[in-house]
Amino acid sequence: MWEYAPAPESRDIANLKPNYRMFVDGKFVEGSGEPLKTINPATEEVLAEVSTASASDVDTAVKAARRAYDRVWSKMPGSERAKYIYRIARQIQERARELAVLESLDNGKPIKESRDVDVPTAAAHFFYHAGWADKLGYAGYGPDPKPLGVAGQVIPWNFPLLMAAWKIAPALACGNTVVLKPAETTPLTALVLAEIIQQCDLPPGVVNIIPGAGDVGAAITEHGDVNKVAFTGSTEVGKIIQGKLAGTGKKLTLELGGKAANVVFDDAPLDQAVEGIVNGIFFNQGHVCCAGSRLLVQESIADELLAKLQTRINTLRVGDPLDKNTDVGAINSREQLVKIKELTESGEAEGAQRWTSSCPLPDKGFFFAPTVFSNVSQAMRIAREEIFGPVLSVLTFRTPEEAVAKANNTPYGLSAGVWTEKGSRILWMAQRMRAGVVWSNTFNRFDPAAPFGGYQESGFGREGGRTGLEAYLDV
Amino acid sequence: MAAPTTLPSALADAVRDESSLRRFLHGLPGVDQVGVEQRAAGLGTRSIKKASKLHAIDLAISMVDLTTLEGADTHGKVRSLAAKAKRPDPERPDVPKVAAVCVYPDMVRTAADELQGTGINIASVATAFPSGRSTMDIKLADTRFAVEQGATEVDMVIDRGAFLSGRYGEVFEEIVKVKQACGDAHLKVILETGELVTYDNVRRASWLALLAGGDFIKTSTGKVQPAATLPVTHVMLQAVRDWKNQTGELRGVKPAGGIRTTKDAIKYLVAVHEVAGPEWLDPHLFRFGASTLLNDLLMQRRTQLDGHYSGPDYVTVD
Repeated sequence: MWEYAPAPESRDIANLKPNYRMFVDGKFVEGSGEPLKTINPATEEVLAEVSTASASDVDTAVKAARRAYDRVWSKMPGSERAKYIYRIARQIQERARELAVLESLDNGKPIKESRDVDVPTAAAHFFYHAGWADKLGYAGYGPDPKPLGVAGQVIPWNFPLLMAAWKIAPALACGNTVVLKPAETTPLTALVLAEIIQQCDLPPGVVNIIPGAGDVGAAITEHGDVNKVAFTGSTEVGKIIQGKLAGTGKKLTLELGGKAANVVFDDAPLDQAVEGIVNGIFFNQGHVCCAGSRLLVQESIADELLAKLQTRINTLRVGDPLDKNTDVGAINSREQLVKIKELTESGEAEGAQRWTSSCPLPDKGFFFAPTVFSNVSQAMRIAREEIFGPVLSVLTFRTPEEAVAKANNTPYGLSAGVWTEKGSRILWMAQRMRAGVVWSNTFNRFDPAAPFGGYQESGFGREGGRTGLEAYLDV
Repeated sequence: MAAPTTLPSALADAVRDESSLRRFLHGLPGVDQVGVEQRAAGLGTRSIKKASKLHAIDLAISMVDLTTLEGADTHGKVRSLAAKAKRPDPERPDVPKVAAVCVYPDMVRTAADELQGTGINIASVATAFPSGRSTMDIKLADTRFAVEQGATEVDMVIDRGAFLSGRYGEVFEEIVKVKQACGDAHLKVILETGELVTYDNVRRASWLALLAGGDFIKTSTGKVQPAATLPVTHVMLQAVRDWKNQTGELRGVKPAGGIRTTKDAIKYLVAVHEVAGPEWLDPHLFRFGASTLLNDLLMQRRTQLDGHYSGPDYVTVD
């Protein structure tokens, strides 16, 4: 037997500090909220103490953002704003390794993903939007589209740095200023991004990053002087925000949950479909709002595909997120682990057949072995509710019409996948599936030029691409 | 068409006649180019360190088909290559022997004399290598000559022209006949994937060669660019894995050409390990066709053991 020796990335590279402070008006300051402790989900050790904001801190941050907007940022020519944004992008690249290790420590995702996906894509978002800053007149929103003002942004814990980039880059490019709250369990990389922003000499107040729990998020989104709210997170919280904002005139985009169907036809490239299914649901431990959590496979190849899938899943290496050979890392929090366990138990209780990878799990930390449910019917909770973990539900279909009907039979509509060698069928399916993103013969691919967003309970508004600029322009 | 071995009924049907064979090959699942290349690149980022690296280096050395296939080959060159095969690193007797020495048919006798009793195989290319452009009789005579001279393994080339024009039955018959001419010698079937171009073709040619009785499927002659690539090897490893699932038989894979560094070799071994499975990590089932790879493996082996790199002057150039 050939066992791979441990190949851990050094945690020293993360440059971890015992204390992190919030970033307001160009300075790092203590918040007057109760400090939070952020832990490493792979070991349950405390990584650092992070100061949090109170309601008055939120007000200070919004005021700083307003000042920066009125005095500097909204008046600055796009070509000048672009220079700052390019600088941020280059600094992210410069400190890529540090950010990747820190992200894996704080979030639990494998280093190969933070290194090869999160950090490079975050830099790409800044590069892409820097390019738009002086070309907004050509984006299709009129000759001289205006910014909105102060953007209040609340982001989730699954892609902490990348989501910050998705939010901050277009806001800055369009001439807005920002107050952003990172997630409670993963504030560290956003605060290093704040450090980068400070080093890039952005005018004070253009970007403010204030950690905290849900109450801080609520204070930001409900603040009277915020003009635009962008939220990525759960559908439940999204609905509350939408309710609170009704009638205020604030512009809102929501990017919420999902229960994506990955549809595999009998003429699909099977070996690559298996890869796509694995990538669709086990990428980032399944903590992906657009995860392909429902596999819809044509009945005639279901057994063959499932056998190949199980063989492949057994080769996934679960464990230390800092090990370069780890494929599936740690679940982000105990709370999330409990939720995943509860939902998988409901799957068994409702009669689905459970299969779990034979991979060994570490003794410490929050881990969950890759799991596949077959014989799943649309009525079961595991087919309807977002699990947000490494759990795949397998359903079958007989005809393309049935595939579309089942794929669309969800209150969500964020993403979908189609696997077939027939080009005409890809287009036929893509036209009929109610999902913001439809991937064909691939899954979970992201590019700053491609708009991302959902239908129905997956939210509204788009991020990325020319379309994504609309959310930050007064149009 | 006569099948070389007894095949399970589903596969026996596939080789009943030319049109069945075509239907079968065209009914294989397609290969998505973007997907297979992405997977190969992703698996290529595995980080193999310390004991696992040393193990991989020794394993790779034992899988090398040490090759010289030049117009300028002489008996002296082949003798020195054979000496290298027996003792790859003369100062380190614990280095494993290579799997085989691979030469042109007229050099087989020399290699066989040198390697007698060592357990190292004598591989000969045959069938109008590398183009395969000759008559059936000449290809068979070429094969018989190599085996008579002492070859224990024959590396044949398929008729890519016949394959690309869709005459699958002709390619099949040719492999079957060469296999018969091989007698007890093992047959490696060179697909020359650089001329087949698409991954769909590589998959079809792999199955064709397996159905016709090839013991190994081999990527390339080394005379055409591109030679072996990781994604092509992935597709071939999938073929032998699926073949085993359907028949229970284990067949081998040999990438050849362009694999020059230890780093590359380890990427191939990772692919063998995770795509085909751990049982293919065996010189009976996986080989590297290479001439310069061996010395890099030896240098990296010394680096692992000595803790420092000593350079090319410390390994023998043969």
